[in-house]
Amino acid sequence: MTMTRSKGSVTDRVQGEPIALDGAKAVAQAMRQMNPDVVAAYPITPQTEIVQTFSEYVANGEVDTEFVAVESEHAAMSACIGAAAAGGRVQTATTSAGMAFMWEVLYVASSLRLPIIMAVANRALSAPLNIHCDHSDAMGARDAGWLQVYAEDVQEAYDNAFQALRIAEHPDVMLPVMHCQDGFIISHGVERLELLPDGAVKEFIGTYTPRYSLLDTEHPATFGPVDLQDHYFEHKRQQVDGMEKALAVVEEIGQEYGDLTGRYYGHLSPYRLEDAEIAIVVMGSTAGTTKIAVDKMRERGIKAGLLKLRTFRPFPADAVAEALAGVSAVAVLDRAIAFGSQGNPIFLDVCTSLYASGARPDVVNYVYGLGGRDTTASQITTVYADLLNIAETGQRGPLVRYLGLRE
Amino acid sequence: MAINLRQMCNERDQLAPGHRLCPGCAEPVVVRQILHAIEDPVVVANATGCLEVSTSIFPYTSWRVPWIHSAFENASTTAAGAESMYRSLVRQGKMADNGTKFLAFGGDGATYDIGFQFLSGVWERGHKVLYVCLNNEAYMNTGIQRSSATPLGAWTTTSPVGRVRPGKRENRKNMTAIAVAHEIPYVAQASPHLWRDLMNKVQRALAADGPSFINVLAPCPRGWRSEPGESISISKLAADTCVWPLYEVIDGVWKLNYKPRNKRPVTDWMKSQGRFSHLLKPENEELVTQIQERVDKEWEALVTKCEAN
Amino acid sequence: MALKSWRELPIGGVILESGSSVDYLTGGWRAERPIIDMDRCTSCMICWIFCPEGGILVEESKVTGIDMDHCKGCGICALECPPKVIKMVQEVTALEGEQGR
Repeated sequence: MTMTRSKGSVTDRVQGEPIALDGAKAVAQAMRQMNPDVVAAYPITPQTEIVQTFSEYVANGEVDTEFVAVESEHAAMSACIGAAAAGGRVQTATTSAGMAFMWEVLYVASSLRLPIIMAVANRALSAPLNIHCDHSDAMGARDAGWLQVYAEDVQEAYDNAFQALRIAEHPDVMLPVMHCQDGFIISHGVERLELLPDGAVKEFIGTYTPRYSLLDTEHPATFGPVDLQDHYFEHKRQQVDGMEKALAVVEEIGQEYGDLTGRYYGHLSPYRLEDAEIAIVVMGSTAGTTKIAVDKMRERGIKAGLLKLRTFRPFPADAVAEALAGVSAVAVLDRAIAFGSQGNPIFLDVCTSLYASGARPDVVNYVYGLGGRDTTASQITTVYADLLNIAETGQRGPLVRYLGLRE
Repeated sequence: MAINLRQMCNERDQLAPGHRLCPGCAEPVVVRQILHAIEDPVVVANATGCLEVSTSIFPYTSWRVPWIHSAFENASTTAAGAESMYRSLVRQGKMADNGTKFLAFGGDGATYDIGFQFLSGVWERGHKVLYVCLNNEAYMNTGIQRSSATPLGAWTTTSPVGRVRPGKRENRKNMTAIAVAHEIPYVAQASPHLWRDLMNKVQRALAADGPSFINVLAPCPRGWRSEPGESISISKLAADTCVWPLYEVIDGVWKLNYKPRNKRPVTDWMKSQGRFSHLLKPENEELVTQIQERVDKEWEALVTKCEAN
Repeated sequence: MALKSWRELPIGGVILESGSSVDYLTGGWRAERPIIDMDRCTSCMICWIFCPEGGILVEESKVTGIDMDHCKGCGICALECPPKVIKMVQEVTALEGEQGR
């Protein structure tokens, strides 16, 4: 289990300010508190509210940020790359087609080891055009070398924003991070959350000293050279190292953040999983819905549990395998399709983790919620019912299923 | 800073030798001239292309100034990002204002085609970046394919001379005029043979309060099918035939920098390069006339604009 | 030179030794070699401003020679030299001459 619990004293904690905000505004608020040196961004539904709220902070002089209102998402990431290589703190935000348009330069950002922070309000990809939530955008970028951290609710979206910065800038990591929240569901859902005092944020994020900077004209460095057969492979291996080391860093920062706020974070959040016989693995807002289903199942005496995944990249394989070691049947819920693959992104990683660990529960995959299709607690109870059947009969049935789809 | 060759030649090149651009390529000539014209600290962003791939093969770099390559289309925006960071850090007192200048290099493919939107955005937002187009009138790094800067009638591998088509069928885009239309404070066309003019333009561009653009003709012996030793003389021929007029537009005011004493026919320009050799055949006489008429018309329009001031 | 392992290289592919390409010699590309008649050279620096390699060697505003480690033999200097005191000779001939000495 990767979740580490409080060691810090409650009296060290800062007093949060309760407030009602939607996820987009909460993240914009976090960006204000982090006061990045440069933000370059382009509006796209449902991320727009982040950009326009942040623009107001700029217009009112509440941040020192140089805000670059670019002409496209590709330009947003391109400007972020130039700005980050120039040695300061850089953030942006996007979703869906915007992230797809950035695709080429997402790789450049991670390969140049630039700790850029990107808020993502996850949304479906065209065609047909759909502005609502699924995870197709970020899953499309899963191999782009970015860390991906997901929120269940507005509070987590807000909290993740600060931790993303600390993780990205950690000397062992030095990789960009996207912190994701479900488009509309979280980004436009108003919830109660606690805001940190500005001073506490300032202290938590500290200052950033770049290893190399374009603006260090006394020590001119060449960024992004041509890298051929004799060195490219080594540079890619270094990125793997950063990703692997991020596993420990995510937990370290989550612990530190917990000591500050009382809200502890790791890679995973298990819910009633200790003695569970059947379990669901899910990421994002649907984890909240799943908890309701778990409780319903428990009321019926069924040992159902949930494993909420917070970090998708790096994938916490060992922790996932350990968490699921005791269950006999698992359903992995994916809010994206990996077309033509034997199962979908999270499922693939969960299966690999289990296989490598030697644990052999039956595992099935459910695609759910594409294009913002609502996923209800009662639908999820049907998944648990399926799992129960698999556990009892030993008959796995279809590997990939579709939840909430009209057949 | 006055341009004085005898003084400048004692200063070390900011582009080191050992780069792998072809013999006779005009690009490093232009880059050397530009970097010698700048006294302040300078940061360079470079689009994918010949200059980029030939000057930065790991672990070798020819650059003695901070340099970044991100992608093909976004050198302008990459430079603008660095410039934004510089402005932010200086404004916040996180670094001293040391007069750092921001420069972006892109070929004509990067400038006229794939990076067009990015460049337009950088100009509209007013980033203080000097963007230099090293214009060799085709995609040379990938092996001589037509771009929207390729002139009418030119042979390239994607506008080949065949039984029914005499090279490129379209006129080139007037990128310099498009830059002027953005109403940025400084726009110019230049050529390495008039090195003093080019270096002065760099200084004026960097002194401008906002974005600047210099479109520099950069002969490519490989792609133009010309003699490597003739790259400078060919660029002079471009100015003398008015195929590549040298002018600048400062805050909307047009100024001609070079007026040939005897304007030479475009055929003189064509004869210097194998990419035009098919045009000199009798069957293409009409096309040559058409090209000459276009050059004349554009030249006259330019002279009129410049004389109006 | 042994190539470095991934643990030894700076991350991000950054090159910290500026101008390191001087160690990469391009003189071997040359088919023709420029020879300056130093007695007649006026050090006008036209060859210096037009050399694609930055290969014209200068000391105290005087031309002292050509960086043959990097000169690719393009011939721009010879063509542009105002007093015409640079001539291109076949590299093979020049090498034979050197060996002869």
